[in-house]
Amino acid sequence: MRSLLTLAYKLLVNDRAKFAALTVGLTFSVFLMVQMTSMFSGILQRASATVVNTGAALWVMDPAVTTVANSIPMPDYVLDAVRSMKGVNYAVPLYSGAALVKLNTGVYQSVTVIGLDDTSLFGRPRLLDGHIEDIYGDNAFIVVRDAEFGKLDRPTLGTAFEINDHRAVVVGIAAVPISGLFGIPTLYTTYRRAIEDIPSMRYTLSYILVQPKTGESIADIQAHVEALGYRALTADGFMHQITLFYIFQTGLGTNILIMTVISFIVGLSISGQTFYTFILENLDRFGALKAIGAKARDLVYVILFQALLTSLTGYGLGVGLCALLIALAKLRLPDYSATITYVNLSLALGMVLVIAAVSSYIGVRKVIRVQPFDIFRG
Amino acid sequence: MPTAAIHAHELVKWFGEGDAKTNAVRTVSLDAYCGEMLYIVGPSGSGKTTLLSMLSGILRPNAGTVTIKGQDIWQLSDDELAEFRLHTVGFVFQDYHLFPRLTTAENVAIPLILKRRPWAPSLSAALHYLDIVGLQARAELPPIKLSGGEQQRVAIARAIVGEPDLLIFDEPTASLDGDTGRRIVEFVRTHVLNETRCIVIVTHDSRIQEFADRTMTMEDGRITGVVEGSSRAQ
Repeated sequence: MRSLLTLAYKLLVNDRAKFAALTVGLTFSVFLMVQMTSMFSGILQRASATVVNTGAALWVMDPAVTTVANSIPMPDYVLDAVRSMKGVNYAVPLYSGAALVKLNTGVYQSVTVIGLDDTSLFGRPRLLDGHIEDIYGDNAFIVVRDAEFGKLDRPTLGTAFEINDHRAVVVGIAAVPISGLFGIPTLYTTYRRAIEDIPSMRYTLSYILVQPKTGESIADIQAHVEALGYRALTADGFMHQITLFYIFQTGLGTNILIMTVISFIVGLSISGQTFYTFILENLDRFGALKAIGAKARDLVYVILFQALLTSLTGYGLGVGLCALLIALAKLRLPDYSATITYVNLSLALGMVLVIAAVSSYIGVRKVIRVQPFDIFRG
Repeated sequence: MPTAAIHAHELVKWFGEGDAKTNAVRTVSLDAYCGEMLYIVGPSGSGKTTLLSMLSGILRPNAGTVTIKGQDIWQLSDDELAEFRLHTVGFVFQDYHLFPRLTTAENVAIPLILKRRPWAPSLSAALHYLDIVGLQARAELPPIKLSGGEQQRVAIARAIVGEPDLLIFDEPTASLDGDTGRRIVEFVRTHVLNETRCIVIVTHDSRIQEFADRTMTMEDGRITGVVEGSSRAQ
């Protein structure tokens, strides 16, 4: 079998023009597929940044909330009600909102403010500089050092600015696993200061972060929260909801899907057509092989191997090219949101295998139908 | 008494049905012997290629039998038939059908590769047979770099590399000039034919008929004459 596959390999790669056309076509197709889906993954990942960065197991929210950025404040009694539920280990409030910072240069900059529970500081970021207890100081804020950090003129400890006409002082520089989606800096402070400094509606409670006693108690808590008229989602469930929102309730998912399908069709067309030409050009020789004694399955192995080899070569090159370009883009644009995930890679691999299957099916059908007698008849 | 390499009995083949039915071969029986070079000649459309295809296990007859090495080959399944051809029959096609993207040696090694022999030993064997046909120095060239006569010899090397008992030549000199064609057939007569091997050649070319042991003439799907050739007489 190995020698037969070696023969298949040589038949394929020695036809350099066709092999190059196949490889370039598939590489381009895979590149586009991975690029499109990676951009979408990056966007989805960043859209769930607060959920990931906070690390809470269970999120209680208004049922109409679609993404973490669009919170709908809840009355304070909900927090007390949740705390009293069976199975809840502890529950803390979280504020999430937008504010306007006036820098010392006079420039205004939008920011996201996360207000942590004053007592526990649950969900606090990892500090790179400063001390966490300083967050209790007057006007204290912690700035996240991410791609947006420069938009606050790269503040250091002690830097002061105005936030909604209140004085703010930087007491810590922090890091978070994932930056936000909207390209604005993130500030952390206490829940109490957040609701004092930032104008808000009658209710101020954006989310309640819940730590259940056990995993089994999550379902009970969710049922009790639902009975109150609110919704409790696990972190994964919340991220899933955000994903669904971006896929189905914005044009983003549809556009990405269309681009991915177009990339697939481009790859399929190039590969299918080139492979078909390759088979047609060698059809009489495949017929001669049949006359000599090649079984139909030998020729199927040859064609499948050739289709698989080109597809996987194109896949590897396409993924490599995409990774390289994303890395280069991130060097220049730190907040460029594209992330290659295993799901992207699996999706592209699945699509490229479909391309291989369809291309080889066309070839196999042709080769199986050719009769050795046709070779004698010319 | 020479050993029969092929025993064909009342072979019939038609194509199409109804008004479109064409009788290509009409009840043909023949024997071909080991050590014999048998020619089948006749005008275009006389059925000689169809007969050759049935004799070599490529085209299933509508009636009749073909027995080779005691085996009625048309009782075999398609896979068994392919296996039979691979081990027993060598083909030299009119247009050679060499793979232009493979080297000459790789082309010759193809029957061995189809037999699942490892790559390196197959190439070594191919070099040996290229040496027999005088082309070892051209082993690494692609066939398109060779002349028509050389390509024909490569096709012969490919046909004999598996040591088949039966060799089938379809118009071996059709693409060659007169001298080259004659030299090729003379080479086959001298170096390829042996006492255990039977060679069947379909040809229009009267210039090479001096090398035949027997020449069968076909017309309208029937054998209309058998002539003992000069080679056997010598």
